[in-house]
Amino acid sequence: MADELVQLLSPEGQRVDHPDYECSLDDTAILGLYRDMVIVRRICNEATALQRQGQLALWAPVQGQEAAQIGSGRALAPGDFVFPSYREHGVAWTRGIPPADMLRIFRATETGGWDPQRYHCNLPTIVLGDQVPHAVGYAMGIQRDGAEEAAMVFFGDGASSQGDVMESFVWAASFMAPVVFVLQNNQWAISEPTSLQTKIPLYRRADGFGFPGVRVDGNDVLAVYEVSRRALERAREGGGPTLIEAYTYRMGAHTTSDDPTRYRVDAEVEVWRHRDPIERVKALLAREHAVRSSTFEEVAAEAEAIAQTLRADVLAMDAPPATDMFDDVYAEPHPWTEAGRAEVLAFAEEAR
Amino acid sequence: MATTTMTMARALNEGMRRAMERDPKVLLMGEDIGKLGGVFRVTDGLQKDFGDDRVIDAPLAESAIVGTAVGLAMRGYRTAIEIQFDGFVYPAFDQIVSQVAKLHKRSKGVYTMGLVIRLPYQGGIGAVEHHSESPEAYFVHTAGLRVVTPSTPHDAYWMIQESIAHDDPVIFCEPKSRYWDKGEVDLDDPGPGLFDAVVRRPGTDVTVVAYGSMVKTALRAAEAAAAEGTSLEVIDLRGLSPFDTDVMAASLERTGRLLVVQEAPPYASVGSEIVATLTERCFYSLRAPALRVAAYHVPYPASRIEDVFRPSVERVLDGVDRLMEYDQ
Repeated sequence: MADELVQLLSPEGQRVDHPDYECSLDDTAILGLYRDMVIVRRICNEATALQRQGQLALWAPVQGQEAAQIGSGRALAPGDFVFPSYREHGVAWTRGIPPADMLRIFRATETGGWDPQRYHCNLPTIVLGDQVPHAVGYAMGIQRDGAEEAAMVFFGDGASSQGDVMESFVWAASFMAPVVFVLQNNQWAISEPTSLQTKIPLYRRADGFGFPGVRVDGNDVLAVYEVSRRALERAREGGGPTLIEAYTYRMGAHTTSDDPTRYRVDAEVEVWRHRDPIERVKALLAREHAVRSSTFEEVAAEAEAIAQTLRADVLAMDAPPATDMFDDVYAEPHPWTEAGRAEVLAFAEEAR
Repeated sequence: MATTTMTMARALNEGMRRAMERDPKVLLMGEDIGKLGGVFRVTDGLQKDFGDDRVIDAPLAESAIVGTAVGLAMRGYRTAIEIQFDGFVYPAFDQIVSQVAKLHKRSKGVYTMGLVIRLPYQGGIGAVEHHSESPEAYFVHTAGLRVVTPSTPHDAYWMIQESIAHDDPVIFCEPKSRYWDKGEVDLDDPGPGLFDAVVRRPGTDVTVVAYGSMVKTALRAAEAAAAEGTSLEVIDLRGLSPFDTDVMAASLERTGRLLVVQEAPPYASVGSEIVATLTERCFYSLRAPALRVAAYHVPYPASRIEDVFRPSVERVLDGVDRLMEYDQ
């Protein structure tokens, strides 16, 4: 595996040379990525706590995958468009989406959460793989507009078995669509290991479709950033699609409804704990760039403040009026939907 | 008034041509729709005139055809998809009901899902397995979608243009057994709105509601019934979601008898919904329980026996007789 994996920073925070990729980021930029990851982990922990306290219907923890998401998300240009699955809180953060908006779907006060056009970030897609052809279609639109933009789409090792993902690979290759597929292989699809989804390393599937695939250390934010940046540039310049397999690990449960102790052993989790995406950057920054502990404390304090604001925002988030269900079902009024609205209003009137 | 005679297939072709001329964001996508012009030749010549960037021959993957059209819609394009046959739409069912139908709502109106899914449907052409189905009820049942079906070349010409211009997703059901029927097309006046029902033949005794291929069957039945002294009013539904309750109710209030004719099986179908809706609305006008003449609760049969499965003129007349007997 070692020779197939693009890595620029070891788990101990040592620089690693790679024949094809090198780190283009200065210390300020690396500190920025560190800050992003710390904040996203803190947001995730706060959301988990909120779910445990009955304030969210569900939460899908991102812990362990921060580098895979921040590295790729920060490689995007403002004009690019990104298609997340439901665990891409780190990606959403890089698009400037307010953390409270990420939680609306999980508090079940909305079925979306934000304006996808404003942030150039599609809404979370829960049906596995459905968002992948959307990204390819969007990329085909980019081609027709003659724009120098790209689409980036996120899915997991579980979703890699979906027909929509396979179909999307065919389309992207045939039409040379400017799209980057980011497959976060976090080793587990709820209780099913990656070995059930594939008998070959997932990035190699791209070979069969006729475009490049690359496996990157998904816990190495520097490598993920460089691999993503190059794939996006290639897409924007007309080079066609790339599959990036970000090799990572879901440290937490699939969702707050899941119990991973039923299907995986602690020893495995421990191995990955030593590959933590945040600690290695911290080690690098402290050693190579003499970042002081006070700076790390400032980042932690900022993350804490964001978490507290998030908590307050979520607690203030009320259920919408019941008639919200009838809004925007159609662009133009549909009599059957409007009949439902009238009934709900009349019923409420009678009950008063 | 410019009118011309053409087949329904030609009318659809001309309608899509107008839509593409009017709006550069209109694309066509489907299997074999380019050089071949589609297996029914509905898109004949369009790729030659508009280029393969706008008339896109798709890889053979229905789910991705719909899924990529969703992505194109997110970028402001309006794609009219051709699903080659009714029975091939199911691989795309998830994209249609989970994504196409919901994204306008989920985005609070930010996304316009202005795409059209053309579905050659219904039987009667002696086809093999999976080529003759009537899946309209699945889509009528799904909020967020609209469903229409023309029965004449004139309606085909106008309704396809109106569906493409519509900001909601439209499942456009084309009665394939009528593709080669000719009719007058008024190129200036669209006539009724996209979801309006139309009285094709006025009558006084029984309201017969039909759509797609069954309009012609109902009109033949009306002809035969007239010879026996029974007057049928034939309504062409056109819109299935929403359907036009007012036109049907106005007729039923005069006739007191309702017969719905459809190629789909009867249970939980468009006909079921029409019967329920009109029974509620016109209960005191009814002189007999509303009836459905439909297919049967079986998979579409071997087409050598499809004429038993699909409602025939005789079965429509039998339904009429049953309704008339309630007065005796």
